[in-house]
Amino acid sequence: MFRQASRLLSRSIAQPQHTKTKVAARAFSTDVPATPTEDSPFSQSWKKVIPTIEPPKTPSSYMKPRPATASTIPTKLTVNFVLPYASQLAEKEVDMIIVPATTGQMGVLPGHVPTIAELKPGVMSVHEGNDVSKYFVSSGFAFIHANSVADVIAVEAVPVDHLDSNLVQKGLADFTQKLGSASTDLEKAEAQIGVDVYSAMNSALTG
Amino acid sequence: MAMAALRREGRRFAGSLTAPQPMSAIRSAIVSEEQVPLGVRSISTQIVRNRMKSVRNIQKITKAMKMVAASKLRAIQTRAENSRGLWQPFTALLGDTPGVEVKKNVIVTISSDKGLCGGINSTSVKISRAIHKLTSGPEKEVKYVILGEKAKAQLMRDSKKDIELCITELQKNPLNYTQVAVLADDILKNVEFDALRIVFNKFQSVVAFLPTMSTVLSPEVVEREAEAGGTLGALDSYEIEGGETKGEILQNLAEFQFSCVMFNAVLENACSEQGARMSAMDSSSRNAGDMLDRLTIFYNRTRQASITTELIEIISGASALEG
Repeated sequence: MFRQASRLLSRSIAQPQHTKTKVAARAFSTDVPATPTEDSPFSQSWKKVIPTIEPPKTPSSYMKPRPATASTIPTKLTVNFVLPYASQLAEKEVDMIIVPATTGQMGVLPGHVPTIAELKPGVMSVHEGNDVSKYFVSSGFAFIHANSVADVIAVEAVPVDHLDSNLVQKGLADFTQKLGSASTDLEKAEAQIGVDVYSAMNSALTG
Repeated sequence: MAMAALRREGRRFAGSLTAPQPMSAIRSAIVSEEQVPLGVRSISTQIVRNRMKSVRNIQKITKAMKMVAASKLRAIQTRAENSRGLWQPFTALLGDTPGVEVKKNVIVTISSDKGLCGGINSTSVKISRAIHKLTSGPEKEVKYVILGEKAKAQLMRDSKKDIELCITELQKNPLNYTQVAVLADDILKNVEFDALRIVFNKFQSVVAFLPTMSTVLSPEVVEREAEAGGTLGALDSYEIEGGETKGEILQNLAEFQFSCVMFNAVLENACSEQGARMSAMDSSSRNAGDMLDRLTIFYNRTRQASITTELIEIISGASALEG
């Protein structure tokens, strides 16, 4: 399956990719536990200690249970892409996503090994048939579960075509100057982050 | 400002009632003959009229507060609903572990800064106290981190020594992620924890709020639990990308999780606060209306009675002259 994955990846994206050609060292059907609807030991012990008050709800009771891992690999990848102020994609079925992990661009197809990846500023693209939508994400995390569900959490994300190249150039120049004149470690770190984000935006626009 | 006006009004109202006589005697005082100076035969309706004015003013204020709460609610409700996707991936990955046994528990109680919003603050305080009771034990440490003035006032009374950190005036500016992330960072820097338990009221509808507890584990505990199996056992099967070590990634993950969960929690709680205030103000306007009706009837009856008495006096006087 992963042989095919790498072929698909290299065919659909021209630019060199850090493709995941992982040998499946462990069984594919590592179940993501269907989150228990109620942690019953908790509410039992709660009722023992505090019989007068109802136990508080816990987050899992508000969540739709995630699907169990199918024995065969589904054809589509289910993507949840969330930001603090919006859910960009909610349970959308797509062919592939490419996320900017700190270790390099990472393509995710259905049946990917379960992975936790930290994201760096860069372009996340969502491939759906022939349509490719590109977002610039600032940072965050991506979780890929065994049941072909990928969760991407970003602090900020905008479609790439919403970026203004003039402002990006200006910001890049600003932060490069700041990095040169920074005296303390904190200032240096802040300027470095600015430079990193702006150069990532710049390469997103030009590349 | 509205609240200050309400307090002032209340004081005046209470003052006008209690000044001549104790509160309980007011009803009889209104009709009692001793109230009027000697030689004046009519019954004074001054006190009732004053009271009616006070009640009407209070009603105006509560109505205005209801309107304000309603408009604030509309703005914040969409934001709270939009932020609900944020914590779900974390719960899917790390599971929901309310019953985890750890040494250092920190209860993060989220409440409002202002009052007059029904029972939401006492609910979160009650739940926090219950969690304190549940998680405390020998060799265990339970601390509070308090957000908001109201829970602080309630918890100061009996668990002052357990309070680690108080943060107030959160809602001066509209809530945004950056602000909450700074706040979460503050808590993470100043408080040692194995598990953070975030207590807040989740907004369900304008009249229904669900007390909720989210648990965020420290990276060490996550690693320990993952090795031990159980709810977090599946975490071991995940490949970890980026970072030098697994510990580093887990640290980043836990901190990010805390900020995300906190962001949703403060928004939900702010939303519940506005909803609760709206319904509280609605019912108090209704109560003020009822009270006003009762007072109006009483006032009119007294007035009518005095007119009748006067008429009887005139008629009987006239008939005495005739006869």
